Amino acid sequence: MIANLIDGPLWYFSLAVFSLGVLWQLVSIIFASRKPDLSVARGAAGPAALKTVFSRFLPHREIRPQVGIQYIAGYLFHLGLFALLFFAAPHVVFLEENLLGFGWTTMPHWAFIVSAQAAFFGLIILWLRRMVNPVSRLISTTDDHVAAILTFVVMLTGCLALLEGFEALRLLHRFTVELWLIYFPFSALMHTFTFIPSRAFTGAWFGRRGVDA
Amino acid sequence: MSEKLEKGLEVLRSEVDSKVHSFFSSCVNCGICAEACLFYTETQDPRYTPIYKTEPLRKLWRNEYSLGGKIRSMLGLSKPLTEADFADWEELVYDGCSMCGRCSMVCPVGVDISGMIFKVKHAMSKAGFSPEGLVGATQRAVDIGSPMGITMKAVMATIKHAEENTGLKIPMDVEGADYMALLSSNEIALYPEYIESLAKIFDHAGVSWTLSSDAYEATNSGLQIGNKTIAGQLVERVVAGAEKLGVKNVISPECGHAYTALRWEGPNFIGRAYPFKVVHIMELLDELLAAGRIKTTGMESEKLTFHDPCSIVRRGGINAQPRNLLNQISDNFVEMADHGNMNWCCGGGGGVSSNERAEELKLTAFNKKKSQIEATGAEAVVTACSNCRMVMEEGVETNEMEVELLGLTEMIAEHLEPRAAS
Repeated sequence: MIANLIDGPLWYFSLAVFSLGVLWQLVSIIFASRKPDLSVARGAAGPAALKTVFSRFLPHREIRPQVGIQYIAGYLFHLGLFALLFFAAPHVVFLEENLLGFGWTTMPHWAFIVSAQAAFFGLIILWLRRMVNPVSRLISTTDDHVAAILTFVVMLTGCLALLEGFEALRLLHRFTVELWLIYFPFSALMHTFTFIPSRAFTGAWFGRRGVDA
Repeated sequence: MSEKLEKGLEVLRSEVDSKVHSFFSSCVNCGICAEACLFYTETQDPRYTPIYKTEPLRKLWRNEYSLGGKIRSMLGLSKPLTEADFADWEELVYDGCSMCGRCSMVCPVGVDISGMIFKVKHAMSKAGFSPEGLVGATQRAVDIGSPMGITMKAVMATIKHAEENTGLKIPMDVEGADYMALLSSNEIALYPEYIESLAKIFDHAGVSWTLSSDAYEATNSGLQIGNKTIAGQLVERVVAGAEKLGVKNVISPECGHAYTALRWEGPNFIGRAYPFKVVHIMELLDELLAAGRIKTTGMESEKLTFHDPCSIVRRGGINAQPRNLLNQISDNFVEMADHGNMNWCCGGGGGVSSNERAEELKLTAFNKKKSQIEATGAEAVVTACSNCRMVMEEGVETNEMEVELLGLTEMIAEHLEPRAAS
């Protein structure tokens, strides 16, 4: 009964909430008011917007010593998570059979272990910093903690499901993924998509003024 | 709900646009912006974290515009923005932010944090949550024409002195001139040598220019306090003065926020493009130098460094020009460690220097500039903003530093090649 719910209606419900929620958020950005800038531009906004979308993947040289650990932890977490999401064998099979109709090369077991360790290590470092650092502690919200905990639980159940091979663990993993998908559009997890227009807006703003941001 | 709160909420709502949606839905509260803010680095007080200063706007967005917030509000789980929030954040946005924009350069998800802080300041000023010092300066700007209360008579007296000192006629209200120069209050009251320098340089380069008795003040207290309506009124004065004389260009003086107000935000404040071009004095001098119309002689041998005014460089795009000019007259110019687009503010931008209440915090923030200057071993700091110069002079005096503050336009004037006797 519960297995049917998790593999059936709840899965489709979570997918619908995720898709519609993300779409709604993106539409909100695209269709919200945006006043034209009447000043005479010194530089081109478009190329600057595009450049900033990519340049912000690295910290400015001037603040690297202060933020280096955060960036490294961030990369370990995100790269590890993306590797698990798109190259762990069960995910590829699942996507092929249920969504896409085609698959691709999966990562070997050792790569899975390395990716999982990197993702866990990065997430734990970022989370600890959030709780220990006075700045992060002050500005963090309940949403930040819920998003981190939920992501942690999804990764943990996923690893356990793969390593132990129990059906109950697979169901538990899928259930946590569904919760994560439902929570996603209502939370800071939206930065997965919205960082692109955000960087582009700021890059364009600086670019018009002839500033390399 | 009080009238003040109602007004504040109304203005904040009017500020929610595409950027607000994308910025606040992207922010993951990483706190990296704190490391770019001198009010945080010099005090280590986490309340000065730039993104934290946007909280009134962010809270409103979260409650009324975000998907999660809408649901929480429907369930009665959200905490609404209160008058106490406005009152609590007033000090943070007015005393603890110089609008330098360094935070906007480092945000990993690209939030233009200082742009969001300006929106908060706009709501604060409209709703009556602004420090007395800035309110007074803004009132004087509207009523008298200058935030320092400088009248046209005082300007004329300064011009008269400048004419006596230079032996040159300073043109007033010349219709059809190529350039109309503006002055900042500081240049009239504290650094009148700027006016003399303009007279010498323009005479040397054969520039057709004028001052306007209707529009001499470039300083824009409306921008500093964050009030777009007043900022627009002050810009409109300049535009009307320039249109009356039919000039082709308006020269923004050595004043950072005046340049932002006139060059970049002005057309948006008044809702129309200008029929003239706005150039910063650094741009014009660099153009004249490149065209061979300014010829200099001699080189400064003392060790000089350059302080980048945030509004002119990072938020204004004028980076190479002051360096070209300095290298023309100095063979001992050294850069600070963080310079150009990632410079550190002097601590007095964004109206902080006009806000008496922020005096102590401003001097604490100056410690960043102090350590930068000391690391270069420079004997003099050159800048292109009279407000930065004034703030740094105060910091240098307070800290008993052995360093001189110089304006770049004056230095160029001092190095002009003498004309051959005809």
